[in-house]
Parts: sequence; structure tokens; C-alpha cells
Amino acid sequence: MSKVIRLKKGLDIKLQGGAEKVLIPASMSTSYAVKPSDFKGITPKLLVREGDRVKAGTPLFFDKFNPELIFVSPVSGVVSAVERGEKRKILQIIITPSEVQEHEQFEVGDIDKMSREQVVELIQKSGLWSLFIQRPYGVIPRDTAAPKAIFVSAFDSAPLAGDMDYVTSSCEKELLKGFVVLKKLSEKVCLGLSTDTHHKAINTINGIEKNVFDGPHPAGNVGVQIHHTYPMNKGEVAWTIDMQDLTILGRLFLTGKVEMIKVVAITGSEIKKPRYHRIINGANIQTILNANVKTDIDVRYISGNPLTGTKVEADDHICYYSNQITVIPEGDNYEFLGWIAPRFHKFSLSRSYFSFLMSKSYALDTNLNGGVRALTMTGEYEKVVPMDIYPVYLVKAILAGDIDKMENLGIYEIIEEDFALCEFICTSKTPVQEIVRSGLDLMIKELS
Amino acid sequence: MKLLRDILDKMKPMVEKGGKLHSLHSTFDAIETFLFVPNTVTKNGSHIRDAIELKRTMFFVVLALIPAMLFGMYNAGYQHFLSLGDSAAIASIFTCFWYGMFKVLPIIIVSYVVGLGIEFIAAQMRGHEVNEGFLVSGMLIPLIMPVDAPLWMVAVSTAFAVIIGKEVFGGTGMNIFNPALLARAFMFFAYTPFISGDTIWIAGMTNDSRRVIDGFSGATPLTEAANALADKSEVLYTQTGVMDWIIGTVPGSIGETSFIAIMIGAAILLFTGIASWRIMFSVFAGGYVMGLIFNLIGYNIYMEMPAHHHLLLGGFAFGAVFMATDPVTSSQTNTGKVIYGLLVGIIAVLVRVVNPGYPEGMMLSILFMNAMVPLVDYYVVEANIKRRNKRLKMVTKVIDC
Repeated sequence: MSKVIRLKKGLDIKLQGGAEKVLIPASMSTSYAVKPSDFKGITPKLLVREGDRVKAGTPLFFDKFNPELIFVSPVSGVVSAVERGEKRKILQIIITPSEVQEHEQFEVGDIDKMSREQVVELIQKSGLWSLFIQRPYGVIPRDTAAPKAIFVSAFDSAPLAGDMDYVTSSCEKELLKGFVVLKKLSEKVCLGLSTDTHHKAINTINGIEKNVFDGPHPAGNVGVQIHHTYPMNKGEVAWTIDMQDLTILGRLFLTGKVEMIKVVAITGSEIKKPRYHRIINGANIQTILNANVKTDIDVRYISGNPLTGTKVEADDHICYYSNQITVIPEGDNYEFLGWIAPRFHKFSLSRSYFSFLMSKSYALDTNLNGGVRALTMTGEYEKVVPMDIYPVYLVKAILAGDIDKMENLGIYEIIEEDFALCEFICTSKTPVQEIVRSGLDLMIKELS
Repeated sequence: MKLLRDILDKMKPMVEKGGKLHSLHSTFDAIETFLFVPNTVTKNGSHIRDAIELKRTMFFVVLALIPAMLFGMYNAGYQHFLSLGDSAAIASIFTCFWYGMFKVLPIIIVSYVVGLGIEFIAAQMRGHEVNEGFLVSGMLIPLIMPVDAPLWMVAVSTAFAVIIGKEVFGGTGMNIFNPALLARAFMFFAYTPFISGDTIWIAGMTNDSRRVIDGFSGATPLTEAANALADKSEVLYTQTGVMDWIIGTVPGSIGETSFIAIMIGAAILLFTGIASWRIMFSVFAGGYVMGLIFNLIGYNIYMEMPAHHHLLLGGFAFGAVFMATDPVTSSQTNTGKVIYGLLVGIIAVLVRVVNPGYPEGMMLSILFMNAMVPLVDYYVVEANIKRRNKRLKMVTKVIDC
């Protein structure tokens, strides 16, 4: 039996609009997009122009400083637009899909007979290398040398997140193949399970280390799981990959095709019927939501979960790593004497509200609920970070730009999502995730 | 509400950059955010946010101070009439409260007007929003003042605490010393001749002691104890007993006398989780343990005082509940909080018993520990760093083999 690691710290925020287990099959979206901003720390160089015909798996752009790192089209069709922003920064490459989907065919042999180098080369060539995220820093790994381990979390504990068991249930074969690929890439593969993961396929996998994590969010964050199994030390490198992305990787080795099919949870209090949708990655959100949004108030569209997701527009495209679309009310209204009122509709970790007594779900909006202040309260962050790290000290070290201190206080062990709850509960409304990212960027700049 | 909102919306362009009244924008902002939670929305990072904000946190601390304040008003009147021997007035709670209220309210008003005035100006100069920290300090300062302290002294002390104690460091969240205690310490050391002696604790006694009845000294229990030690007397206190301390009908600073009222405040702070229970309990534990240690030594009559008396007397409870728990000037780490609290309690009792020249040690003890806190936290965090480095060394060792 696998080891059970119990985590006490953390917070489950109960929100309205969790997805019901109904799967809407894939339908073709009007447009698909790949957004370079989804990939941290890369400088995109285009390989296509507007009007070019592409297949699913055709390279669209690559990283200027790391030419092996290519990014491919999720569908076949025509590059209809390359949107640029300030200083001609590439915002997104939009592809209008063709009726009949064609795929680039990659040559895959028997994986058992392939060398590690051949596996790496195939993944790079197919553009799926971008599915891996490296620790430290939370970027796509540049070095292809074997990491100390590859970590996969089999559950997502974030608010309103989809049930990972459910979304991967229809692609068990791909999942199993994916794990075979991971074993080829690293000697150690660690899978973090929740107490209620009952995936049949997972039970049959041998040769990987399984650990059970029991506790509130962020127990499902792979960073927390790494911390409690093989914590990151200075100089070490580990890779992580999302469960759904692992099925995409597995599919490549089964079929030789890049088919970025995944199931996203459509969630949030402003969704009429929160359900699961099967999509091809990069799909237009409008096509997915398709009049499923309540129209009486202003809403915020989030690609991802409400703690770490990216703000997108209604006609935007889903982000590369998102497994979820959340729609919640925009909170741009004034509330008379709200700071003193009982506010039964608001959620707080603090017992100055009644939410600790109630087990109901909340329809939280995007209001900041106050003004930005200097850090005043203490002992808050520690309640939601289940790691042996002093979050406030680390955040302050980052603000001071003190590399030595950041190293000593554990910057290698975290990325933004691990501190997302700190940002949520902060009385002083400190932008913790932004600070963490600036610290990681500084580390990359100074140490490479 | 709609009307109020409309008025604010109309005024807003005037205080924005380029507007006629831009120099008042912090003031406008403070009033606006007091009336309405602003419509600011999250941009990136966490899209949803906890409903707690600094205003609410500070409001709950002020709420927790209300019982102590109300009792302080009553006690100010009670002690006054006691000093006059007016038994009819003593019997009427209302008369006592009414008299006390007119004594205490001006001190509260002076503290708030001076302190908030400086805060508003400082915020305007920096172009920041007005910070809520002084809402609590402004209430704490009056409650630790002697009721007979002249208002101008309260004003000067408050100004000193806010400017030198807080704003020069960068405002709320940046200060090293507890501002309220700094105000008290300033008054104590700057105006010692004016405010020392026993009469300062009784409203109206400093300027007009002729009317006071014979045998009434106005001495606080702690002064009595210190005097008893100096006089080599065999009894520590003659005027009051444990029940008086618990209820609070003894001379002392305005808000510090009633143990019950302070405990109601403590209950509010602990229930809402706003004050750290680690600090609160460890201060009491530290004081109690030090009292027990003195009992064991038993060198003189003060050392033999029952340990729990220390917790009931003087400003110990008030300091433990409201002063030591200030999140900015106390320890930032959980382990540090326990060490800090224990030391605050230990040193407070140590000062009381070993230094009879100054009967109450709580103020100095907390201020001293405020200064020591960075050192405590440094070692706590250093331990975390050591654990991390040890882990790194172990890994490197394995690889070397």
C-alpha cells in the first residue's frame, strides 16, 4: 500500500458551480489559438505567416534561445491571424480549422526498443516537450538530461477543479502509455494520489512510486507533493506534468499523432449548467460556453481555476495548461459600510465573518474586498502553506531581491500556485503570486 | 446610500490628479473607503479574495477594547467619588459613569484627533491611502493613560508616538515599537515630575487634593506593594483585594484595572482569531512562572506574593491581551511568538519585583521585547535555513558515494 501523507494546513474554498459529471462531446470550435504568453520565459520566433496551411502538429513558432523547443498547432487549418501587441510582441496565433482534420505523422516504433535520446527527440519534434514543467522556476525544461524525478499529481484540489479521475477515465490506454514514456525519461516517477482516487488504470501501473496525500488544497499541487517526498534542493532539477497532458503525450506514442484532446470543466456560479466538455486545446471559449453563461450581470472569464487562472475575454481562447474554465461575477461595485457588515454572502478564513460556521457554497466575485496595505497581520500565510517554509520571509526576501536569502528560504521549492492561497487570504491584499514570479524570473536571470 | 454615493462620485474628479482639491485625495479616499468598500477588482493572480481587510481587523480590536473603556469610565468616576468619600455618588453606577465619561472622553478625542491628523497628513505626503492602524492605537493610548493626565500631555505624547514611533519608519506595518506604549513611555519619562505620585490615578485629585478624605492615598496596588517592600512592612496591600482587582475597582490607568473587562476583550480577539493565542497565553504563562520562581526564592515579602496576583494586578492583563499581541511589533513566526510572549511575562514580573523604583514592569517589558523580536525571529528562521542546508548536504553526500 502506498504511503499516506496527511496535510493539515491549507484551505478548501467552497464555490458555487462545480461541474456535474456530464460530458459534452467535442465539437469543432470556430478558431483555435496558441498564446506564447502561456509559456514562461520564452522568446517566440514565428515559423508561419498569415494564410499558411498547417496540420495538427505543424510547428508554429520556436524559442529564440532554445531552438529545439518548438510549439505546434493543435488543429489543421489556416493561420488566420497573428495578433501582436506593444513592441510587436506576439499575443496569439489564431488558426481557423479545416473541416477534415489532418495530422502530421510522427514515426513511433516500439518504445521499449527506443533509446532515451530517441524518445526525447520525438517529444521535442512533436512540440509536446512544452507539456513538461521544470522545478525549480516553473518553466519548460531546457536541459533534456534526466531529472532527479518526474512528479505527477493525480488530483486537482483547487476550487471548482475538475475530477481528474473522471476526465481521464476515457483515455486509460493513453495514460498508461504516458507513464511508460515517463519511466523512459527518468528513473524515478512519482504519482501523488488523493484518498479518493479510484482510477483502475493507475492501480495496474508498476515501477512508479505512489503516495497518497490527504488534506485540503493545496494538497493536490505537485509542488506540495514534491516537498513532502523528495524536496527540491539547490542544484537539483525535477519535472512535472499534468495528468491530462500525460494522456496527450501517451497518445503521441500510440498513434504518432499530436492530438491535443482534453476534457475541461466548465465551472463557476455564473454558468447555467456547469459540466465537462471534451475539447481540442486552444479552443475558442465562446464556442465552448455557447450561451451557457448567465447574462444578467458583468462576469469574469477565467481560463483555469479562480486562484491561479488567467483572465480572458469572452471571445478569447483557452490557455495551454488550463483544464478548467471558470466564470464568476465581476465585483466592480461599491458596498455601503461593507467592511463592518456581517456579510453572510462572503467567505473568509477569518472568524470575523460567519463563514466558518456555515458549510454552504459561495458565489464569490472578483472584488478585492479592501485596499492594498503594508503587510501587517502575521501568522496568516503559515495557515495555508503546508510546507516547511516561512512564506512571509520568503516574500520579503524576493521584494528585497536578496538571492542568497531566497535560496535559503526555499525559492527552489515553490512556484506561484503554491502561494496562491496566501494571496487569497492576505488581509493586506499583497499580490503574492506576482511577487513569487518576479523572484523566480530574477533567479533565472542571475543564475543562468 | 444612493445619495451618498452620488455625492462622492461627483466629488471624485476634484480630488483626482489635476483636480482642484488633489491635495486632499488621501482624506477623500479615507472617507470614501470608510463609507463604501471600493469597487477595485483583482487583475491577475487570485481572482477571488478573502473578505477580510485591515479595516475590519482593526474594528474588531476596537470592539474588544470597548468593555475595558466603558469600565474605565465608570471606574474613573467611582475612584473620584471614593476619594471624596461621597457614598451617595459611589452607590449610583450612573453617576460614576457619567462623571468618568466626561473625564475620559476628552482624552480619547484628543488622542484620535492628534493621531489621525498626523496620519492623514503623512498619507497625503506619501500619496498613500490612510492606514487603519491608528484606529486601534488611538483607543489604546487613552486606556493606558492616568485619568488625571493633562490633555496637552496626551496630545504631545500621541504626536511623538505617531511621528517618531511610526511614520519615520514608514507607517503602519513598518514600526518597531508599539506606538501606544511609546506614547505612554514618552509621557512617563518626559513629564515624570508632573505625573508621578499617587494622585494622578484619581480624577481631579492632582489639582485639588484638599477635598480628598483622610486615609485615601490613590496608590495603585502595585505601588502599595512596592512601598510595603521599601517600608519593610509585613502586609503587601491594605486597601484592595483579589475581588477588587478582578472587577477592577482599584486605582490605575483608565482601561487596565478590570480583569473581567479585559478578558471579554480577549475572548473577542481569540474567537475571531485576530490576536495570536500563542502570544497571549505565553505572556500569562511567563508571568506566572516568574511569579512561582520568586515564590521559591522567597527572599522578601514581594517575592512571596502569590504568582497569580501578578497576572491580575496593574497593566499585566491589558498588556498581554492588547499590547503584546500587536502583530507588527511582535514576533512574526509561530515559534518566535511563544518565546516572545514568555519573555514579556517573565521580564514584566522581574521588573516589578526586583526594581521597586518603578512599580509596573509591563510597559518596559513589552517595549524591550519589541526591540528583541527581530533577534528572536532571526534564530527561528535560521533554524529553518539550517534544516534546508542539512538536507542539501545529505543529498550531496549520497551522490559523492
